[in-house]
Amino acid sequence: MMEALVALVIGVLTACGVYLTLRARTFPVVLGLTFLSYAVNLFLFTMGRLTIGRPPIIHGTAAGYADPLPQALVLTAIVISFAMTAFVIMLSLKAREELGNDHVDGKDDA
Amino acid sequence: MLPLLLTIFAGSVFTAWVSRFGGLYAAWSAGVLTLLGLLQLVPGAVAVFAGETLIERLTWMPTSGLDLVFRLDGLGLLFALLILGIGLLVIVYARYYLSPRDCMGRFYAYLLLFMGAMLGIVLSENIIQLLIFWELTSLSSFLLISYWQYRADARQGARMALAITGAGGMALLGGFVLLGEIAGSYELSTILASGDVIRAHPHYLPMLILVLLGAFTKSAQFPFHFWLPNAMSAPTPVSAYLHSATMVKAGVFLLARLFPALSGTPEWAWLVSGVGLTTFVLGAFMALFQHDLKGLLAYSTMSHLGLITLLFGIGTPLAAVAGVFHIINHAIFKASLFMAAGIIDHESGSRDMRCLNGLWKHMPHTALLAMVAAAAMAGVPLLNGFLSKEMFFAEAVSAGTHLQLGWMLPVLITIGGIFAVAYSFRFIHDVFFNGEPIDLPKTPHEPPRWMKVPVELLVALCLLVGILPSLTVEPILRIAAAGVLQTELPYFDLAIWHGVSPALLMSLAAALGGGLLYALRGPLFILHEKHGDFLQGKLLFEAMMTALFASAGSITRRLDTGTLQRLMLSFFIAVLVLGGSGYLGSGSPLRGGRELLALDAISLIAALGLILAAVATVVLHRQRFVALVLIGAVGLVVSLIFVKFSAPDLALTQLSVEIVTIVLLLLALYFMPQRPERESSHPRVLRDVSIAALVGGGATLLTWAVLTRPYGTIAGYFLENAKSEGGGNNVVNVILVDFRGFDTLGEIAVLALAALGIFAMLERLQLPGPDTDEQGRRWNWDTHPAVMASLTRLLLPLALLVSIFILLRGHNLPGGGFIAGLITAVALIMQYLANGVTWTQSRLPANMHPVIGFGLLLAATTGLGSWLFGHPYLTSTFTYLDWPLVGKFEVASAMAFDIGVYLVVVGATLLILIHLGLMHSASHIAPDTEEAR
Repeated sequence: MMEALVALVIGVLTACGVYLTLRARTFPVVLGLTFLSYAVNLFLFTMGRLTIGRPPIIHGTAAGYADPLPQALVLTAIVISFAMTAFVIMLSLKAREELGNDHVDGKDDA
Repeated sequence: MLPLLLTIFAGSVFTAWVSRFGGLYAAWSAGVLTLLGLLQLVPGAVAVFAGETLIERLTWMPTSGLDLVFRLDGLGLLFALLILGIGLLVIVYARYYLSPRDCMGRFYAYLLLFMGAMLGIVLSENIIQLLIFWELTSLSSFLLISYWQYRADARQGARMALAITGAGGMALLGGFVLLGEIAGSYELSTILASGDVIRAHPHYLPMLILVLLGAFTKSAQFPFHFWLPNAMSAPTPVSAYLHSATMVKAGVFLLARLFPALSGTPEWAWLVSGVGLTTFVLGAFMALFQHDLKGLLAYSTMSHLGLITLLFGIGTPLAAVAGVFHIINHAIFKASLFMAAGIIDHESGSRDMRCLNGLWKHMPHTALLAMVAAAAMAGVPLLNGFLSKEMFFAEAVSAGTHLQLGWMLPVLITIGGIFAVAYSFRFIHDVFFNGEPIDLPKTPHEPPRWMKVPVELLVALCLLVGILPSLTVEPILRIAAAGVLQTELPYFDLAIWHGVSPALLMSLAAALGGGLLYALRGPLFILHEKHGDFLQGKLLFEAMMTALFASAGSITRRLDTGTLQRLMLSFFIAVLVLGGSGYLGSGSPLRGGRELLALDAISLIAALGLILAAVATVVLHRQRFVALVLIGAVGLVVSLIFVKFSAPDLALTQLSVEIVTIVLLLLALYFMPQRPERESSHPRVLRDVSIAALVGGGATLLTWAVLTRPYGTIAGYFLENAKSEGGGNNVVNVILVDFRGFDTLGEIAVLALAALGIFAMLERLQLPGPDTDEQGRRWNWDTHPAVMASLTRLLLPLALLVSIFILLRGHNLPGGGFIAGLITAVALIMQYLANGVTWTQSRLPANMHPVIGFGLLLAATTGLGSWLFGHPYLTSTFTYLDWPLVGKFEVASAMAFDIGVYLVVVGATLLILIHLGLMHSASHIAPDTEEAR
């Protein structure tokens, strides 16, 4: 039933991400994107199915290995999503400077 | 043929570079390179004259069946000679035409680029390759036509030419794909030999229409002709080149090239000859009414191209021979006429034939040359234009006898011929005689000696071909026509006198009619002035463009309403609808047959913790600091998940990224508005929660469905070969730096770009820092805590040591460039946090650009290194070293690549964080200045 638990975790992370990206201020949207990155990275990672205690590091006595390919993909994805998060944050700061508020559409109705 | 193309393309770059030492160097470089190109053609030409067809093949992408294949036969050779020969003359001519203010380097570089693209078209064996060069001519002609970028008409004309020929290129791509699929091969040798299969195929007609669209747009055939007159805003050497021997000839080249494969059907005959005839007559008619010298030549070019198209449309072998012959003749006399027009414009300052009169007295030499060339254009005997026009008339008469209403064909053609004679006559009479010049900006005089030499050469050719056809043009005409027909040539005789034939009578009628028409031009001009606007395709084009932009704008405005929230909402709803309908439509069960793993208590607790933290983040997201701490906890549990499911590398990466992200968000939080945002209305919260729950539920179900299904993987290859080929035990790392190293190179490039983008955004960013926090407390101006400061200083070498250790062992154990880079970044950021920006700044350079650049360079050149050993890009080589105390470990070239990755990660991360940190210190009001106040 480990699969169900992981699926639930991914679902919760997605739901949190979706709710936050629908907010009107930039900061929650950045948090939402971070949540979505977690969810997507985990989802991609689990495409190699769940394997316990068999890291893909070659040694003579191993009975088997986890799928290394999704791991390699996700490793760079984590770093890239960091770059993206950083970019979005800076964009929101820049928007705040130019528009004078932190609303996602730049209109301060609050 | 590849060396020839390389000479020209590399020559384009070289010419651009050499122009920094002076424009004349660029002219010399372009001229010498073109001459070199002509010389390179000699061995091939000898073989082709001996009857061979040369095919050169260079393997390019063997897996997708794409090779670089070149073909040199008679037709290709003829065109290559025209492109290079007239190109060389244009280069000489342009040297004197361009003023010192024009950038010669740019001109010659574009010209060579265009020349290379044209050569690519005529020398390609593979039609997809041909299309690539075809598009390249569209692009480079755009650059050439818009050479005087500061002029609005040049920009507009270039844009129009690009839009029309580019759209034609799209159609041609479709046509070529169909053609290739029908013939079973994309290589001309096969296509030309399988004409019967192609003509009998049910997709013949759509394919033909698409290919013809490509050819007609390029050759300015009606109704796509209007870009050609508008492209006259280009410098005259460009017009002389593009509209005599090259650009517009690419379309008729295509007709000639595919003649054996496509011609011989009623569809071909009606479409090609119909369009050709219309263009021929219409162009000749319009040319007479132009007052601009170049405008007259432009419409005349269009008319002559219509003539050539019509000849190919008639479809008999002899008509094709005449078509090839007229391609040669038109290239020669039209290039010289454009050059003469350029001289007149250059030395008198005007191109308006209403002002240009009586230039004979001022420039008799140029006038003589222009008059001979114009006579050739009109088809006067003893000049080259006469011979091919005579063949054309004869073919039209014999084609007409087979058709119903066939007598129309010679009649219409004679009418076209009458207009051709009239506009040629006008070119001569209006410019060189007909009274005195009227208000010219300059007093006209003869041009520099060498500006006339190209014109003289071309005019001499007109005469030679016209008087001694069998000694001059016949050999090349024979092999070129053989290249077109791919079979035995029909009998033809290039004699000047054929006796009294219908063709001769047509010529006579055209000459007399033309003279008469010119004499009556006064009333005709007035008539045209009043009613001539209906033929302005340009207006239609502009109306269509405006409508296109308006509709695109309205669609965009409907989709993008300017609110991100609504956009996101429609996005998520679309995801739900698409995903839901996809699943409901499939009818497969949710749960697959894979055996499930057992649940354990610790995993359950960790998952519950993650869920609680995530939900709490959402609920408390308006208290931003708290939300940040909570989301940090979520990230930590995510890295634990990676640990649990056998992904130590991912866990390490996630952990270090988490730290960096939280620090970054903390820094950013400082600049966000401090007051809590307004709560959303209840219905809105309810709506968003339900959407979020549905999307989250969908993600859960999808993950569950995938995880419970068995699957096949290609991982076996990596696991088996990691050790033997990549020299490492950590398969994830070996994939990153070796098997898929090229992807990783792309990814670190993205990282570097993101960092540079952020740097650019931050550069002039000035945000006011708040004076107090949310509760109104003032910032603490205490010095940095001494214990923490000294401890982190002590920790720095240790942390760097750890990161180097992680980097070195990465090939065999969890670690590697990405993780080591992040650890180093964290260690350095710690110094900033504990010791302050000023202290750290004075000890650590803030300029991270060289680090990023060097890292990228290292990673890229490591890949190149494997080329030296004859391996594909980024193949790792490795050897084992014995290091005392550490033991045996291997040194792989992948290590250098990983160091490159490491440097980029360190550089990018620090660049982002340091600059945000610097903004902080800039926004603070230092405490002492405040107290001083």
